[in-house]
Amino acid sequence: MPGKLKVKIVAGRHLPVMDRASDLTDAFVEVKFGNTTFKTDVYLKSLNPQWNSEWFKFEVDDEDLQDEPLQITVLDHDTYSANDAIGKVYIDIDPLLYSEAATVISGWFPIYDTIHGIRGEINVVVKVDLFNDLNRFRQSSCGVKFFCTTSIPKCYRAVIIHGFVEELVVNEDPEYQWIDRIRTPRASNEARQRLISLMSGELQRKIGLKVLEMRGNAVVGYLQCFDLEGESGLVVRAIGTACTLDKLSSPAALLPACNSPSKEMKEIPFNEDPNPNTHSSGPSTPLKNQTYSFSPSKSYSRQSSSSDTDLSLTPKTGMGSGSAGKEGGPFKALLRQQTQSALEQREFPFFTLTAFPPGFLVHVGGVVSARSVKLLDRIHNPDEPETRDAWWAEIRQEIKSHAKALGCHAVVGYSESTSICEEVCILSASGTAAVLNPRFLQDGTVEGCLEQRLEENLPAGCGFCHIPYDELNMPFPAHLTYCYNCRKQKVPDVLFTTIDLPIDATVIGKGCLIQARLCRLKKKAQAEANATAISNLLPFMEYEVHTQLMNKLKLKGMNALFGLRIQITVGENMLMGLASATGVYLAALPTPGGIQIAGKTPNDGSYEQHISHMQKKINDTIAKNKELYEINPPDTSEEIIGSPIPEPRQRSRLLRSQSESSDEVTELDLSHGKKDAFVLEIDDTDAMEDVHSLLTDVPPPSGFYSCNTEIMPGINNWTSEIQMFTSVRVIRLSSLNLTNQALNKNFNDLCENLLKSLYFKLRSMIPCCLCHVNFTVSLPEDELIQVTVTAVAITFDKNQALQTTKTHVEKSLQRASTDNEELLQFPLELCSDSLSSHPFPPAKEHLESASSNSGIPAAQRAVTVEKASPMGEGNFRNRATPPCASSTVGVVKMTPLSFIPGAKITKYLGIINMFFIRETTSLREEGGVSGFLHAFIAEVFAMVRAHVAALGGNAVVSYIMKQCVFMENPNKNQAQCLINVSGDAVVFVRESELEVVSTQQPTANCQPSCTGGEVTT
Amino acid sequence: MTSELDIFVGNTTLIDEDVYRLWLDGYSVSDAVALRVRSGILEQTGATAAVLQSDTMDHYRTFHMLERLLHAPPKLLHQLIFQIPPSRQALLIERYYAFDEAFVREVLGKKLSKGTKKDLDDISTKTGITLKSCRRQFDNFKRVFKVVEEMRGSLVDNIQQHFLLSDRLARDYAAIVFFANNRFETGKKKLQYLSFGDFAYCAELMIQNWTLGAVDSQVDDMDVDLDKEFLQDLKELKMLVADKDLLDLHKSLVCTALRGKLGVFSEMEANFKNLSRGLVNVAAKLTHNKDVRDLFVDLVEKFVEPCRSDHWPLSDVRLFLNQYSASVHSLDGFRGGSLSVGPPS
Repeated sequence: MPGKLKVKIVAGRHLPVMDRASDLTDAFVEVKFGNTTFKTDVYLKSLNPQWNSEWFKFEVDDEDLQDEPLQITVLDHDTYSANDAIGKVYIDIDPLLYSEAATVISGWFPIYDTIHGIRGEINVVVKVDLFNDLNRFRQSSCGVKFFCTTSIPKCYRAVIIHGFVEELVVNEDPEYQWIDRIRTPRASNEARQRLISLMSGELQRKIGLKVLEMRGNAVVGYLQCFDLEGESGLVVRAIGTACTLDKLSSPAALLPACNSPSKEMKEIPFNEDPNPNTHSSGPSTPLKNQTYSFSPSKSYSRQSSSSDTDLSLTPKTGMGSGSAGKEGGPFKALLRQQTQSALEQREFPFFTLTAFPPGFLVHVGGVVSARSVKLLDRIHNPDEPETRDAWWAEIRQEIKSHAKALGCHAVVGYSESTSICEEVCILSASGTAAVLNPRFLQDGTVEGCLEQRLEENLPAGCGFCHIPYDELNMPFPAHLTYCYNCRKQKVPDVLFTTIDLPIDATVIGKGCLIQARLCRLKKKAQAEANATAISNLLPFMEYEVHTQLMNKLKLKGMNALFGLRIQITVGENMLMGLASATGVYLAALPTPGGIQIAGKTPNDGSYEQHISHMQKKINDTIAKNKELYEINPPDTSEEIIGSPIPEPRQRSRLLRSQSESSDEVTELDLSHGKKDAFVLEIDDTDAMEDVHSLLTDVPPPSGFYSCNTEIMPGINNWTSEIQMFTSVRVIRLSSLNLTNQALNKNFNDLCENLLKSLYFKLRSMIPCCLCHVNFTVSLPEDELIQVTVTAVAITFDKNQALQTTKTHVEKSLQRASTDNEELLQFPLELCSDSLSSHPFPPAKEHLESASSNSGIPAAQRAVTVEKASPMGEGNFRNRATPPCASSTVGVVKMTPLSFIPGAKITKYLGIINMFFIRETTSLREEGGVSGFLHAFIAEVFAMVRAHVAALGGNAVVSYIMKQCVFMENPNKNQAQCLINVSGDAVVFVRESELEVVSTQQPTANCQPSCTGGEVTT
Repeated sequence: MTSELDIFVGNTTLIDEDVYRLWLDGYSVSDAVALRVRSGILEQTGATAAVLQSDTMDHYRTFHMLERLLHAPPKLLHQLIFQIPPSRQALLIERYYAFDEAFVREVLGKKLSKGTKKDLDDISTKTGITLKSCRRQFDNFKRVFKVVEEMRGSLVDNIQQHFLLSDRLARDYAAIVFFANNRFETGKKKLQYLSFGDFAYCAELMIQNWTLGAVDSQVDDMDVDLDKEFLQDLKELKMLVADKDLLDLHKSLVCTALRGKLGVFSEMEANFKNLSRGLVNVAAKLTHNKDVRDLFVDLVEKFVEPCRSDHWPLSDVRLFLNQYSASVHSLDGFRGGSLSVGPPS
């Protein structure tokens, strides 16, 4: 069934001068949707035209509504020659397609040109009238909500978490089509932008269909990526977690209830009571045989089984895509079958979420990851993207089997990524093997035996640490102890995960960002030889990265990593590995041992001295870090219980296996053998370098903390000041001294200097924490390394931060419970929808916008039109706060986090997913590469903010810059950059203002004002 | 290893006030870095010189991008590219349009033309203000001048509306525009002792009393041009010195009123005729453009210097001038005339 799209072009401002003679512009606007185009009149000789057009109406299928962007082109009329384009605005109308989000898009949009950047602004109003969709066999999926947020969005509660959805679409890249040789760069860029916009619309629609099939109504943790495969095409792929969400009706929000079409599909999940009381003894049989004399120091374990299987995978699939292509068929069929029923979908029991409703996550096994090297070939038939599908299916199978090996039935915090260089592509997937509470899952029958592990009567905060695998049949040599918290279950000595720290986890001290950085030179090669070379290098890289992470973790005196993300980037002549994670000290896990250094030639006296000097330095660093991060685990508990746990080891030991031994590598025993010492053997300069690099990592200046997770463990008292930023650095390596060591040092310096710069720049925010620090490495050219960082700096209250760790924990627990109060109530609240279905009163904003309009000149008043739209009460409230009446641009906050400190998100307005290309042929004039990219990123931010504001929002949460591909050609004075960003547009209300809003509600109600009049002025 | 590209973009544009000042003062990046190093910032923050260099470059780039908007401050408020809190926007604008006392004294009353711009080299050398900063200040003067030159209404209000300056700075700009438009000579050696504030004070009074806007605020409200009719009328003042009787009468009126109140009474009495002649002659000549330009030079020569040589205290000068103009009203044929006020010395 069709819908009616209505568009009105109101006015323009700050247009560029297009006619040199008069210093003015004769502007008109083309509005295009699908194949229909409308034009406004030409507004002669003005840089601030007032078109005030009629409503342009498009009657279209809702399938098109989902796929197509609205395209608005501003042109300069020319009587004698062709009209010159000033720029374009693409508006994704998807947020208008589900009833809870925005009802109108209205506001000033920057007019964007791929060559000149932003050239003025245009005021547009967009509405959609959707007719009821009764078609059972529809191709559209209007009404399915999408969220980038990787947790259950704040004003919803999860009724059912269905599981993994994925889709990919492929096409030819317009940049590589033959026509590109004859068209202008502008036309080529615009073709690309439009195509990607179309493809992501299609992708979203297809994913939506899958969600409807699974009887869900939303996708959470939606992650969409582009693979620019060059000659072989363009892939847009997405993964997410299908859920059935229910809108929470909080008194402060007063928003319309969930009226989504899929409402009738919602079912109350069959609540299987895990019945923990009958199993109060908790531990399952194997533990009972265990004596307390179990010696933990026998071996050392790493809680990731990733790389051992990587290796078996990599050589197999690394030899090119030919074989993979053939295998594609059956895989494809398998995949299709899986999508048919929700139950079979469990074939990939993956969840892109990183934070969960309380009680959802039962146990965590460890990180699982898989990589595969592929040779790209041209995509012959865009309608059958089988090859790519098969590639990913293969990797997902791999992940699944890893999880099984860890005794887990699910993978959480799951993500996928690629790195492409010429025709070689590394596909990576990683996640955290976990055991989940089946009551949130639809069928509730996932390996029922696991339920007995559900120990709800245990003290909160350690359950997830308990091992999910059978102790006697461990997948890898691990070293277990009894949980330091409950003393009943076994825990590993170190835990690596890709998820956020669970809110109820008991943490001692604060966390910190831990990074492992690594470069490996690689010979330049072609095709299969290249793929083989890369496949051969990968396991070494994985090994090194893990060793580094482990060493750094120990150096910090911590025992667990959260939010682990390992990125392997392939370049022409090198591979880069960058792992980021947030280290913490989990109270449930044993105290980590130190690091011991051993020399190989113990006879040499001076050498001994040197060694002992190094050893001292390391010990000092550990001690200093413990102090810095306030890690002082209580040792009292041990005495009380009577020490069933062996003495905490002063040192765990490890023999660093030498990577020359290829035998060892094929097994890739990342547990570092079964030696009982964590020893760094300094037997060559290489190892020396490693130790040095360990010690060169400078801690952030005092008052600064950093992490790559959502929240910083140990800090809860956030204040409201936030600053999101993106920083990009590119360095050129001098080709002379390209050795692995030099490369490592360069890369390390690059990252360290970048962090130092950030600390310096943000020093005025101290005390503050950099959260969600996200590093991305790319190798745009032979000797160039590009590092892109996006993060948010949040201030916190120093005074409260000084409280003891104990209260920290309590506070975090309190906070957790208040945050999730609504979630816990869910069985009682199922029929609460009716409560909040009364229409949202729009009058209040008018009251305010009217008052703020007074005294503002007409040109500025148009801005307030968007504010007058009947949505987002909080948004206006917030905009009104700056006292300066003359400022007409509303503040839009951006953050990579899913929340805004000190504020409550009252409404999700829809997903923001934007793709921009910027090109220049006058690089020097625009301030060189830095000037060019600086301006472009600022423009991207501006366009994101403008779209959010037009939707009636005042913030973007879960913002992510997924791609920033920068290419330069200084000789030709040219550069090009592609940026892809996404996030969730929201309305938030400051907690302090919540009461004000609710008290003002009645007054606003009795003062109805005319909405339509305001909007059309 | 060289940094090819190094940028930092915040959702809220970061503005470092210290770096902004260095940028406004026209220092190059390397000079600015050196100055920042000298300020001890490295020790305070534990940063390295490389960090400082990168930070400075970044701020300079931001300022460079903002400069285009600062040329038309209302644009800064409505643009979408840089999200800057209102208080910061105000700071950016105010600082950008702020000027150096030393510089303004050099160009005050000069034609804001290309010719003057060429002299900025010399001004820069003379004042020690960087050429870049001189250019910015000069361009600001010129820009404000161009925008408000032909505009009706209050000069200060116009400037405030179009450049969003504080009241104080808008008044200063009004003075600069007024002086530039009337090309008052202020650069002569004799006038060097006068500060910009002194001239600004005069400008304000002249705008209030001598311009078209002052005569009739409804029609042809122009604050920048002197009222020609008024200047023509000033010629009539010549009677005060040409007519011997009138001069004596005027003198006796002033002397009677001021007897005992003036510390320099005898000097005043002795000099009255000279002073009065000086003042009246200056006023009467104002119909000629050239004499308008020399107004301040003439006033200093004919009135201020004689007073100074007799060591008149400022309060006495004020008393004298007030009485001098007040007495005129009681003379025949001088009802409701205007008065001239000399610069405070």
